[in-house]
Amino acid sequence: MNPLLRRLRQDLFATPADSLLSIALLAILASGSTAFLHWAFSRAQWAVIQANSTLFALGRYPIEQQWRLWLLTALLAAAAGIGWGMLRSHPRTDRSGRLWPANDRIAALLLLLSLALPWALGLALPIQLRWWALSGLLLLLRWLAGRFGPGLPPALKRLLPLGLPLLYLIGMLLIGGGLGLAPVPPSEWGGLLLTLLQASFAILLCFPLGVLLALGRRSDLPLLRWGSVIYIEFIRGAPLITLLFLGQNMLGFLLPGGMAPERVWRAAWVLTLFAAAYLAEAVRSGLAAVPRGQVEAARSLGLSLPQAFSTVVLPQALRVALPSMVGQFISLLQDTTLLSLIGLMELLGTARTVMANPAFLGKNAEVYLTLAVLFWCCCAALGLGSRALERRLDPAAVVRSG
Amino acid sequence: MRSRARSWLALPLLLALGLAGCASDSGGGVQSGKMATIKARGKLICGVDGSLPGFSFVGPDGSYSGLDVDVCKAMAAALFGDPTKVEYRNLNSSERFAALASGEVDLLSRNTTMTLSRDAAGGNGLSFAPPTFYDGQGVMAPIASGIKTLKDLAGKPICVESGTTTELNLADRMREQSIPYTPLKFQTGDQTYAAYLQGRCVAVTSDRSQLAGKRSSFPNPDAHSLLPDVMSKEPLTPATVNGDPVWADAVRWTVNALFQAEELGISKASIAAKLAEAKANPNQADLRRFLGVEGEFGKQLGLPADFVPKIIGAVGHYGEIFDRNVGPGSRLKLDRGVNKQWKDGGLIYSPPFR
Repeated sequence: MNPLLRRLRQDLFATPADSLLSIALLAILASGSTAFLHWAFSRAQWAVIQANSTLFALGRYPIEQQWRLWLLTALLAAAAGIGWGMLRSHPRTDRSGRLWPANDRIAALLLLLSLALPWALGLALPIQLRWWALSGLLLLLRWLAGRFGPGLPPALKRLLPLGLPLLYLIGMLLIGGGLGLAPVPPSEWGGLLLTLLQASFAILLCFPLGVLLALGRRSDLPLLRWGSVIYIEFIRGAPLITLLFLGQNMLGFLLPGGMAPERVWRAAWVLTLFAAAYLAEAVRSGLAAVPRGQVEAARSLGLSLPQAFSTVVLPQALRVALPSMVGQFISLLQDTTLLSLIGLMELLGTARTVMANPAFLGKNAEVYLTLAVLFWCCCAALGLGSRALERRLDPAAVVRSG
Repeated sequence: MRSRARSWLALPLLLALGLAGCASDSGGGVQSGKMATIKARGKLICGVDGSLPGFSFVGPDGSYSGLDVDVCKAMAAALFGDPTKVEYRNLNSSERFAALASGEVDLLSRNTTMTLSRDAAGGNGLSFAPPTFYDGQGVMAPIASGIKTLKDLAGKPICVESGTTTELNLADRMREQSIPYTPLKFQTGDQTYAAYLQGRCVAVTSDRSQLAGKRSSFPNPDAHSLLPDVMSKEPLTPATVNGDPVWADAVRWTVNALFQAEELGISKASIAAKLAEAKANPNQADLRRFLGVEGEFGKQLGLPADFVPKIIGAVGHYGEIFDRNVGPGSRLKLDRGVNKQWKDGGLIYSPPFR
């Protein structure tokens, strides 16, 4: 018998009760998915997404400045392509290699998606061509970096990672303007752009803050320890939405008119400070997992305390804390939807105003489904990245392959 | 960083302006701290709902439209001669007054019902312009349910948005008539109507305009009807913060100008011709004063002399705004009802521009 059939039989139809259960579940699944497909392809009216696709992507970003975001997307695609190619072309002993062979399949899938998706969404031809060009760029650079990357001089290779923070700064410049580019006020940023911007800003900044807070909480200096404890417990004791409301409405009272920072940044800072408290606890759990003896051993080898922490304790602690930290990042990304309640036009806020357009009344299901898919893609990317990182840092894998 | 430093430098300037405002108030000059702030900023910050069909929403091109939005545009046209000089801020119903009080928004044009406690200095302390839309609370139920009056709702669950006057009115009316009922409260309008459509409650209550708007988005609009009972008066009114009467007056007479223009038959299309006519004919004193060709209405309000032509040229008169956003020209297809001009038996009435 075919091994697949045998497997099915073993798993699903081993006993009469199993068979009955399997058949019932399959019937429910089948009817549910056919009803969904029927709805998606015959009843749902996707015009609401097509007509508002720019709004979902960028919010009210001025049309004449949108080339800057295309440029930014191209830069991101280039960075992704180079990074991907370089990582792949450098076999390392500490990598289990389970994710990387799947790389080619992911690349093929990406190519297929980038070819099919713009067409399926019914985007205008110039926009379709741009997406194709972007994915072409990504895959080309991936190939180039894989082919010629290993031959680069080592000094240049060490400099490459510095490109990422540089890219972030360039991205902020392109989005917000300045240095000769026309400024685009944050109140006009919106949609996926604002969601990703808020999430990436908070994720990048809450990490160092969280590590410092976690170290502070385990510090022997009472002032530092109690300061960290009070901060962490205060933030964890208040709901995020309350803090967001405080940030939006209280600063106007506390600071003279026009003095408070732009509210997009207020929200970003509230998100950052909030996430830092939770991240600190995740890091603390990692620190707790490193035995005291490690510090003592490092100290007795003559390392200073900062050296002991940065080279011995933190690398182990952060590896342990990685899954819960990434969980924190994913929930942070989803927490950005709360910004719609304080009137920012991130993805959910955009969705709400789109659904209020009399031309698209009652298209809630289509809009929310699109939102769910967008969020799933972002979170899945984060999850995928974190799993790759975990494997790379897994000491068991180092032992196995070494 | 640089702009932050510059705003710090502006602090003494602002303080000086405020002091100057206090000093010259006794002299009878038109000084408003709020208007000075708005003019220095170069744009009006207008609080809107942002997701209310017909009143405020964002179109695919990223531009705001709706009846509430047109009031903001009219105000910007009056101040700057340019209806686009507005920054819109979406506010939900629980934070709108805090945002106004803290100065986060200059003007609240967000389907807000004028009430005593919101107006009073001991309450929310708002200053209200004339109502731009007279609404009333109604109840919608599926026709198939056989519910015809409030009495039929006895013991049944009713969906309502929490934190609104709607919730309080429902409680009052039902208590008056001793009808027991179960309120199902939701934070947002979307949740409320979704629950109603799922059958979690037999009726939903809100302002009649909102019910009609939402009904037009239902899968089967003809299956739902509005009960004849009107439970409340809901004059939806633009509001400013109490304590700046000059700014409040400017808003009040901008709204009145929309009403007066309809009464005089001055539309967006005809404003240029009317203005030319007023300039050419010194005998049309009323028209000349209204359009700012003569007289000092603009100066007295702290607005440019030609603020009325600028407003009408930007958004048209009240009737045009109504038709375009919620009336026959829109998908909501609401009847003018009591929102007709007083000459047609409605409540839209501008005091004389004299």
